[in-house]
Amino acid sequence: MFSNLTDKLESTFKKLRGHGKLSEKNIRDAMREVRQALLEADVNYKVAGSFVKSVEQKAVGAKVLRSIDPGQQVVKVVYDELVQLLGGKAAPLAPFDKQPVIFMICGLQGSGKTTLTGKIALMAKRKKKKPLVVAADTQRPAAVKQLRVLADSISVEHFYVDGKGPEDICKLAVKHAQKNFIDVVIMDTAGRLHIDDELMAELEKIRQLTTPDEILLVADAMTGQDAVNVAREFHERLEVTGVVLSKLDGDARGGAALSIREVTGCPIKLASTGEKLGDLEPFHPDRLASRILGMGDIVSLVEKAQETVDLSEAERLQEKLLKSKFDFEDFLGQVNQLKKMGPLESVLGMVPGLGKQLKGIKFDEREIERMTAIIKSMTVQERRNPGMIDGSRRRRIAAGSGNSVQAVNQLLKQFFAMQKMFGNLGKKKLKGLPGGIMPF
Amino acid sequence: MVNAFDKLKASLSNTRANILGKISRLVGLRKLDDRLLEEIEEILIEADVGVRAATRLIDKIREKSKQRGVTESNEVIGILKEEIIEILSREGPALFPDNAAKPIIWLITGVNGVGKTTTIGKLATCFAAEQKKVLIGACDTFRAAAIDQVEIWAERSRVDIIRAQEGADPASVAFDAATAAQARKVDILLLDTAGRLHTKSNLMEELKKIRRVVDKAAPEASVFAKLIIDGNTGQNALSQVKVFTEAVGCDGLIITKLDGTAKGGVVIALAEELGTQVDFVGLGEGIDDLQKFDSKTFVEALFT
Repeated sequence: MFSNLTDKLESTFKKLRGHGKLSEKNIRDAMREVRQALLEADVNYKVAGSFVKSVEQKAVGAKVLRSIDPGQQVVKVVYDELVQLLGGKAAPLAPFDKQPVIFMICGLQGSGKTTLTGKIALMAKRKKKKPLVVAADTQRPAAVKQLRVLADSISVEHFYVDGKGPEDICKLAVKHAQKNFIDVVIMDTAGRLHIDDELMAELEKIRQLTTPDEILLVADAMTGQDAVNVAREFHERLEVTGVVLSKLDGDARGGAALSIREVTGCPIKLASTGEKLGDLEPFHPDRLASRILGMGDIVSLVEKAQETVDLSEAERLQEKLLKSKFDFEDFLGQVNQLKKMGPLESVLGMVPGLGKQLKGIKFDEREIERMTAIIKSMTVQERRNPGMIDGSRRRRIAAGSGNSVQAVNQLLKQFFAMQKMFGNLGKKKLKGLPGGIMPF
Repeated sequence: MVNAFDKLKASLSNTRANILGKISRLVGLRKLDDRLLEEIEEILIEADVGVRAATRLIDKIREKSKQRGVTESNEVIGILKEEIIEILSREGPALFPDNAAKPIIWLITGVNGVGKTTTIGKLATCFAAEQKKVLIGACDTFRAAAIDQVEIWAERSRVDIIRAQEGADPASVAFDAATAAQARKVDILLLDTAGRLHTKSNLMEELKKIRRVVDKAAPEASVFAKLIIDGNTGQNALSQVKVFTEAVGCDGLIITKLDGTAKGGVVIALAEELGTQVDFVGLGEGIDDLQKFDSKTFVEALFT
């Protein structure tokens, strides 16, 4: 994600670093490229302009020019400004400290409101809260059913009253929640244009009737320059409490994120990074800024690992790893845990330094499925003791998993190489691998 | 036609207020100089025309105004309009080539939330009104209730639909639909596919498979891949068009949601950089809010 902007800034600063000393002209040239990159990333042109101006002023300052590594200094200034532009500190969601906490989800058509409703419900459920999703989108055909299917898939209660308008449905839903000890109410509203006066008035009415604790605007990360107008209009009419950036798992540069925060002052609270209901992350301006600048995002990775990885299990594994006793059973467990963390691409994209190396390499999740299939075609004995897998067993495993013998051979070869590598690492003491993540 | 024109004009009035209003306010007061051109460039960029396309347009204005000895700043609009019309009216293949063998199959693709299913509903209505025999294939077996959604549209437009269970292999639905389209001698088959981000290689492979299966199931048919782009999309639209074209080809674009603010620019960027032709534009949620794209009407509506 954001890889192109990162690439551009990196190549720009590579040029800067080449100079022993920076002249004002050097910086101005670099800033022109920064501005161009930002514009190509769909950052609003006014925002891009003021951003570049403020960075330039700071960078041209005497302190930077005389410092030992001016290129680095400029990078730092750009980074700091970017964090500032993204809102400075992470903005938390309203705490689930009263009953019920009410969420209202709004946005343009197709921005991902219904999916986000499901994601927030799942998030609440994981925090041992009782959510209720409310189908207030009576406009789009089958939207109500879509939400019901999502709710059913995570065993969450679904609220809808046939024949009522969205305002009444929301009002009744809140009443229902109060009576039934619901902790979190999430209202999925219909997609609408920010200039559609009638439908915007409907949202105002819902807001008035239900007094939501969070009014979240869902913004598509792929949106162009218009993102600011949309956000501004929604904010003016509803006093949006936060923005959720959706479809961040694509290759959109996400310039919208930079502009929306700057223009409306609304914090971006969540980032949606996949189609699965678990693919929802808190939005961290500092981390995103460092991602934009190619510094990686190790903090998110560790946090993610901690959330999904059983720590005692991880310790046991690390032990095994270092003693070269790691077997296919453990391997399978690792693969499963990694899968829980979300799409492989987004997980690996967070590893510092890896982001760039991964460029162009496509991660096929099915490759992992293939590996899993091969391992699952082994007997338990074989998994625990891979050394015993001889030619005839390999043929059987290949046939059983629907793969070629070569594929089985390759997996075994990789596995033994990995075992050896970890064995060596063990002698040197392995530190810093977060929560037992397999770097395969 | 008059109505269609008015509607397009009304829908684009927001864009017009943005691009044209600003430019005319600008040129009225100023003399033609570099600073003015720079400001026009900014306005174009703000309309999602994109840095490269905007720069090229400005270069053209500069060049042509020198050639013609233009000094009056308000003549700039004329030149700009000419240039945009030229970019948008590069001739592409006809929507329904006369010699195209039946059935014609449209594979409707696009990223999530661009309005594929809604567009299919509108296309079905539009073609049915032209007395064509239409069939819909509900190949979005992934998103919850997507099949129900397209089914409702099929009912509204009174056309037949081929569907399977949610979670079924989309390629198998495509196969059934293509086979049925031949057997029932339909004029046009519209295949709805699940939204997929172009960066997800496995999902793009799935799409390629659908295309392969359709080509095989109906070897006589004329298969066209149509890509839907959300009119709100910024420069990422270029990336979408490139990747989808690589995967299954792209015989035409349908730009949706052009009834909001500050839009239309992406159309210029796509035509300028990739030469992709636009077939239809979506102007609202109503069943008849889809119009055949005509570059002259579009630019006229933009500049009237």
